[in-house]
Amino acid sequence: MNMLFDFTINKETKTIHITREFAAGPDLVWDAFTKAEILDKWVAPKPMRLQTKEMDFREGGRWLYGMIINDTPPSRFSLAEFIKITPKTSFTTRNSFVDENCNAISSASSITTNTFKEGGAGTIVHIEKVMSSLEALEMMATNGFVQGTEAGMKNLDEYFSNIAATK
Amino acid sequence: MRRDIFQAIADPTRRAILVLIAVQAMTPNAIATHFNITRQSISKHLRILNECDLLAQKQDGREIYYELKIDKMNEVDAWLDQFRKIMEQQFLQLDDVLNTLKNNNK
Repeated sequence: MNMLFDFTINKETKTIHITREFAAGPDLVWDAFTKAEILDKWVAPKPMRLQTKEMDFREGGRWLYGMIINDTPPSRFSLAEFIKITPKTSFTTRNSFVDENCNAISSASSITTNTFKEGGAGTIVHIEKVMSSLEALEMMATNGFVQGTEAGMKNLDEYFSNIAATK
Repeated sequence: MRRDIFQAIADPTRRAILVLIAVQAMTPNAIATHFNITRQSISKHLRILNECDLLAQKQDGREIYYELKIDKMNEVDAWLDQFRKIMEQQFLQLDDVLNTLKNNNK
């Protein structure tokens, strides 16, 4: 079955809108987006694996996770701070990238709002991401510099040489 | 300071300048004739675009021509495309996980 997947960008407002339907009820989909033991199973693009370091799903709480490639433990982590939660309906996070001591490795961040509605094949999830800068997009596209694909690595090479050139 | 491409495209005048110089290399004076603003503010916009690394400069006699560095504009699209692919893959993985969870609950 082909699931609705809609991905649009507004460059002027630095906002990405994603709409996706899932063949499961809203309660189950909500759990899949908010419980570490389920998130660990699907968020990392294979062959990477996701490892949750901390999960405290409440307003003011946070989810800290890293990507594992070839059994190498992560040295960079993704941090999602829960800003607002409306149970079973929506939640908003501030997303950034940090080192193992939870220090920000970049000022780039994004604010993400996930909204869940019954409909379509079961549940329709709408994701809105407002990025602080182009760098935030670069980091999202590379999972904080650990993307496994050749294309990703090539982009990173260019990225690093650009940084080197401007210093 | 390295500016952000998003900063370049946030302003309507700068977007219009990018459209103009994407078609052909132009001198600042030629660019200015398309806008009802001072030559000085055109220079300011060009400076910002240059700091975003979007402009290539060509000297011809005493005239400087500006044209768009297309690669740089494509960079945003490349990152977006890559992010889109990651999201697509994630959601296919989530489809499988949801399927398994539904079957376990039966």
